[in-house]
Amino acid sequence: MNFIDNPRKLHSFEKNIRVEKVSRRSILKGLGITGGFVLAAPVMSRQAFAYETGAGKMPHGVVVDPRVFVAVAPDGIVSIVAHRSEMGTGVRTSLPLIVAEEMEADWSRVKVQQAHGDEVKFGNQDTDGSRSTRHYLIPMRQIGAAARTMLEQAAAKRWGVPATEVKAVNHEVVHSASGRKLGFGELAADAAKESVPSIEGLKLKDPKDFRYLTKGQIGIVDLHDITTGKAQYGADVRLPGMKYAVIARPPVTGGKLTSFDPDAALKVPGVEKVMQARGWPWPSKFQPLGGVAVIARNTGAAIKGRDALKLVWDDGANGKYDSVAYRKELEEASRKPGLVVRKEGDADAALKGADKVIVGEYYVPHLAHVAMEPPVAVADVKGDKAEIWAPVQSPGGTREDVAKTLGIPEENVTVNVTLLGGGFGRKSKCDYALEAALLSKELGAPVKVQWTREDDIHNGFLHTVSVERIEAGLDKSGKVIAWRHRSVAPSIASTFAAGTVHQAPFELGMGLVDMPFEIANISCENPEAAAFTRIGWFRSVSNIPRAFAVQSMVGEIANATGRDQKETLLALIGSPRIVKPAVKDLWNYGEPLDSYPIDTARLRKVVELVAEKGEWGRQVPKGHGLGIAVHRSFVSYIATIVEVAVDDKGKLTVPRVDTAIDCGTYVNPERIASQIEGAAIMGLSLAKYGEITFKDGKVQQKNFDDFQLVRIDESPLVTNVYIVPPASGTPPSGVGEPGVPPFAPALMNAIFAATGKRIRALPIGKQLEA
Amino acid sequence: MIKVKINGQEQSWDGDPNLPLLWFLRDEAGLTGTKFGCGQALCGACTVIVDKEAVRSCITSVNDVAGREVTTIEGLHPNGDHPVQKAWRQVNVPQCGFCQAGQIMQAAALLMDNPKPSHDQIREAMSGNICRCGCYQRIENAVHLASTGV
Ligand code: FES
Ligand code: FES
Repeated sequence: MNFIDNPRKLHSFEKNIRVEKVSRRSILKGLGITGGFVLAAPVMSRQAFAYETGAGKMPHGVVVDPRVFVAVAPDGIVSIVAHRSEMGTGVRTSLPLIVAEEMEADWSRVKVQQAHGDEVKFGNQDTDGSRSTRHYLIPMRQIGAAARTMLEQAAAKRWGVPATEVKAVNHEVVHSASGRKLGFGELAADAAKESVPSIEGLKLKDPKDFRYLTKGQIGIVDLHDITTGKAQYGADVRLPGMKYAVIARPPVTGGKLTSFDPDAALKVPGVEKVMQARGWPWPSKFQPLGGVAVIARNTGAAIKGRDALKLVWDDGANGKYDSVAYRKELEEASRKPGLVVRKEGDADAALKGADKVIVGEYYVPHLAHVAMEPPVAVADVKGDKAEIWAPVQSPGGTREDVAKTLGIPEENVTVNVTLLGGGFGRKSKCDYALEAALLSKELGAPVKVQWTREDDIHNGFLHTVSVERIEAGLDKSGKVIAWRHRSVAPSIASTFAAGTVHQAPFELGMGLVDMPFEIANISCENPEAAAFTRIGWFRSVSNIPRAFAVQSMVGEIANATGRDQKETLLALIGSPRIVKPAVKDLWNYGEPLDSYPIDTARLRKVVELVAEKGEWGRQVPKGHGLGIAVHRSFVSYIATIVEVAVDDKGKLTVPRVDTAIDCGTYVNPERIASQIEGAAIMGLSLAKYGEITFKDGKVQQKNFDDFQLVRIDESPLVTNVYIVPPASGTPPSGVGEPGVPPFAPALMNAIFAATGKRIRALPIGKQLEA
Repeated sequence: MIKVKINGQEQSWDGDPNLPLLWFLRDEAGLTGTKFGCGQALCGACTVIVDKEAVRSCITSVNDVAGREVTTIEGLHPNGDHPVQKAWRQVNVPQCGFCQAGQIMQAAALLMDNPKPSHDQIREAMSGNICRCGCYQRIENAVHLASTGV
């Protein structure tokens, strides 16, 4: 879930490139909690990596400073800051755990403190793009190592021994020669006076001494609170005098309110006020759509009041958006040449001369995120100060946008980050926080804006809709000698700039132009497609349609040549090598290609691993089929095997899923497994049911009855996850998103194996019933 | 004036008797453990136990529970150590956690009714509760663990 290098890049363009003037002072302010490391030390380098990542290029880069992230109290409690948002990936546990590991802190005496939005202080906070571990493994280790060194230095001084003779072990520093020990708490005050060591001189732990990292025995920090109802999500924030609001928004993107009649709403018990909510024209990034707000003493009354409103809308130009017609347009566009975005050899000539050409046109409709927690935010605006409580993936961006929207300085805005009840990219867009801020300002009282599920589905930032057309030319031996892939889809950039018709480099880089097959003649094209609603990044983004198309085509080629799917796939991947696509400014998830190349040896490895562990080729009962798919995304490599069973009525079940992931050096295998298990469910949901359609400019679905999700009784009976042990020094790569893309094509290949039916348009819906 | 017992405590409400119990719990009584996911009895996030039965509080009015006993996630066990809660922690079920209060209440109600459900019975009884994060495999395992100890 990301936008080019980051979601705010276009925003920076608007402001003519933001000049980063980071005040060192503000970074040195420390945590402001008891005891601990505070101030008075040399400025640390903001970045010093063993391998290069794109972290430094994110807005505000990386801050490596123990005084910002760690505090030790005299009672020995170690507070570690989590500066990223927790939406279910476990990041709020994993990042502090890295610090604790390096620092030799005892995890049971660690408290995690959630950072508010402040990127000058904490560095970049955008929790998206499957980037947190990838960008922060080394910085968090350095922070922990620096803190440990300061504690060791303090103990050595106290004892009058050389620092080399002491060692931090499990929350104390020991001098083994004399048998002396001092707890972290006892050393806190002295350690705070130590200067912060230079990053270059830090000694990181030998991974063989890890107690927590790579072990996966630590539950998430919020586990107890979640199971007892105490965990605080956005909607759980309650302030004295707080009002409850819901907003009726234009049903068509870009529509405007013509008139409204509040009378019936005002008669609903508990409703206190009906007022217009300010909106912005489309497109305007994450600014609110506007409409009519109903203010009440509780959410139930506000919803009932809104139901009673009489509203007249002017739908505007997008009132004609119709998914049936639009799909035809995309299909037609895919059959004509488009902007060439990768060219190697001569695909046109090779296709003409091919012995056989296989054509597949694959369709993936709009999808809605429907995180279990609908968008919600609380705001308290007083004069030129604003405080926000919200489940946001972009605390820093939210702060920036709130300040801009209210016309107040950023320093006057506090963004408190609650837990997120799921994010999936929806909560990278802070429109709901802006709505709350605007209403609070107008009402002069704290306000909670709650989105209903219907609001979430009607007024979201949808996953794009796309046609991916692939033509594969085969020679007499069945070898693929030509590959033409046209991708037609409205771009996320259309939400930032009107008139966008081509996909952005970051979208092209998600499985189109970085396609890793060893084929002599390749043409990747991007015909034009205009947007008629708000498009946003959705977990895995363009990788969903791309993996679906490319990996389904592999299945089609296997069928056409009478070969095994896995063997066909490996033959297409070809020799172990570093793929260097002929693409100008190839987007590599914001990472340098040197550290994160497109490595077909790793791609092959996950295919081979999943085939071995997942028992590829095993005998399955009648009506069952196996399918395989592999995809590199977010600089990780993932292969999935799905076993499907389809009965005579076309009802499908999934007895077994096997997934192998190579995400480089990893931190918490237990959470990696949970992400992959979840990705299979999300993949199955979008494959079976996922479809948002428009008619007369309006979304036709409204809730979980017509935008269905997979439930427990249809979920795979078992999902096995295999993690590739990393070669030493392999940089960490993404986990949150890469699991989704290979699922749907593996399922389609399995369905073909089971039934002989090739499904090229998602969702499956009733296609198997005929 | 409607009287209802919530987690053992007498509460009263003199507002709209048709107010969904969900919003009474969350916004009026301050019990925010019960979650809003759909408002239409489609997701189970708002599940509470009324007397001995799991109900969707989003479509149950305060009036419907007048004189009855409502148990929310906050009141399931004084220390949060109900066997279902313990099993949930042992299996590391949650991802984002938002659906889990509803899942746990549904599972607790299931075990009251059927202390040793089969895997199919678990899948059936839990099928009204959506988890968008996809924790189903672990939910199934945790309910099984809570009922059998293994
Ligand atoms: S909120 Fe009640 S079932 Fe979804
Ligand atoms: S844990 Fe996120 S919805 Fe279930």
